[in-house]
Amino acid sequence: MNQFQYTRPAETAVAVKSLAKEPNGYFLAGGTNLVDMMKMGLVVPDKLIDINRLPLKKIEKTATGMHIGALASNSEVAEHAYIKAQYPLLALAINAGASPQLRNMATVGGNLMQRTRCPYFFDTAMPCNKRTPGSGCGALEGINRMHALFGASDKCIAVNPSDMNVALAALDATIHVTGVKGPRAIKIGDFHRLPGDHPELDNTLQKGELITSVDLPTASSAYNKHVYYLKIRDRTSYAFALVSVAAALHIENNTITGARLAMGGVAHKPWRLSTAETFLKGKAVNEDNFKHAAQIAMQGAKAYEYNKFKLKLAPNAIVQSLKLATGLAS
Amino acid sequence: MSTTKPCTPTDGEDNSNGTRRDFLKQTSLLTAIALTPGTVVKAAENQWDEKLAGVFEKQALHLEVNGVKHELMVEPRVTLLEVLREYLDLTGTKKGCDRGQCGACTVHVNGVRVNSCLSLALTNDGKKITTIEGLAKEEELHPMQEAFIKHDGFQCGYCTSGQIMSAVALLKEGHSGSETEIREFMSGNICRCGAYPNIVKAIQEVKGGMV
Repeated sequence: MNQFQYTRPAETAVAVKSLAKEPNGYFLAGGTNLVDMMKMGLVVPDKLIDINRLPLKKIEKTATGMHIGALASNSEVAEHAYIKAQYPLLALAINAGASPQLRNMATVGGNLMQRTRCPYFFDTAMPCNKRTPGSGCGALEGINRMHALFGASDKCIAVNPSDMNVALAALDATIHVTGVKGPRAIKIGDFHRLPGDHPELDNTLQKGELITSVDLPTASSAYNKHVYYLKIRDRTSYAFALVSVAAALHIENNTITGARLAMGGVAHKPWRLSTAETFLKGKAVNEDNFKHAAQIAMQGAKAYEYNKFKLKLAPNAIVQSLKLATGLAS
Repeated sequence: MSTTKPCTPTDGEDNSNGTRRDFLKQTSLLTAIALTPGTVVKAAENQWDEKLAGVFEKQALHLEVNGVKHELMVEPRVTLLEVLREYLDLTGTKKGCDRGQCGACTVHVNGVRVNSCLSLALTNDGKKITTIEGLAKEEELHPMQEAFIKHDGFQCGYCTSGQIMSAVALLKEGHSGSETEIREFMSGNICRCGAYPNIVKAIQEVKGGMV
């Protein structure tokens, strides 16, 4: 690992100013992604600003829902009694990702910033527009079985690797950030980007902005009874998703009165299935409706040479997650 | 019981590092003399670059490891795993993949299990670390260590210290209700020998309080 400067501010304002002055500086939180990338030579910072001592760890109920400090660890969120009771989809998704040790280290803010696990991004001998803009995309014509079905471009077909982000998308989270120009709020759907012509940009954060919290609305806590996070991967545990589905339904008298659905492993951002949600609203709880919703969700999907299996796997996963969430399967 | 012991990397490494740096300094001095005006030559002669680099490179780190307090000076790029193994000679904690994928480097930081290979040492300033060497009380092994021996929870042993540190944490976390749950919450520790069934048995026995 190359040498770098290291500071550990105690105040958020100091941390933000410190990064603003450093063109090649990075915030360091849990380090589970950044330190790995530094060892691989993907990121070579001149300066790390260790934000672990900033007062951004609180998890608390608020008048409008739930406030989760950006530095709360993934484990702390997944084990939080109120989150488990009112936002179980988030706890399930977090526990489906990484390992217990990594979840103890990794923070909520860091998980939002997690970079793709595309093997071409990690191999510095390979072209990758995300790592080295303009160098090309190795995955486009390469081994692309882990790659995107939705929203990709000819510059990048990588996917967002996070499970937590999929649940946050389904739960309508808001990301609070602060920077030298002051604080602002970003809806989860606007936080992560599609690759377009600039796959090097994963999200819409401005240079120097720091995530301070993730807030969940009270309305999303109504989706706490019929919930499932289905993750399909190459081994039973501790692997990135080929496809994952976050499903949460509100049901009255066997009728779906509201649906929250999002997929992971299929796009450059957590992929909210809005048209399928609209279709399900007012429909009866049965497999035919779930299949129809899955069909709607898959419209516009585009596969590459080695990920064609996902065109079958993804709709099947949607149906199965809805069946598991509603007790039609166990 | 706590003693303070100033620590540096082992002598061999320190020397080789010194040699490399001397070479760099000498060559940069020659370059400076050949190409640059007097002030730079003077800076080189006074070793200002060396002194400046020293200021930026090493920072103070306070750790309490297995009940013993340590004060060290480390470069920011040094990981907690490297401090334990290379500075403190606590080689029970293993470097496997060095990328957070295998769990061989698992230690407890303030009672919480982490991958020490992905944790920069300086981020742990002021914290309490427990390694495999800190589990036993004098000659008496920790119940989890006893159970691993009894159930043959290892073959080559390379992953074992990480497995045991994870297993001890697992029981505290309350995720050992069933074999499925134990397997899921032990999934961050990979064993190439495939001792998993026996590791699960060892954990179940300690959970049941039978050792």
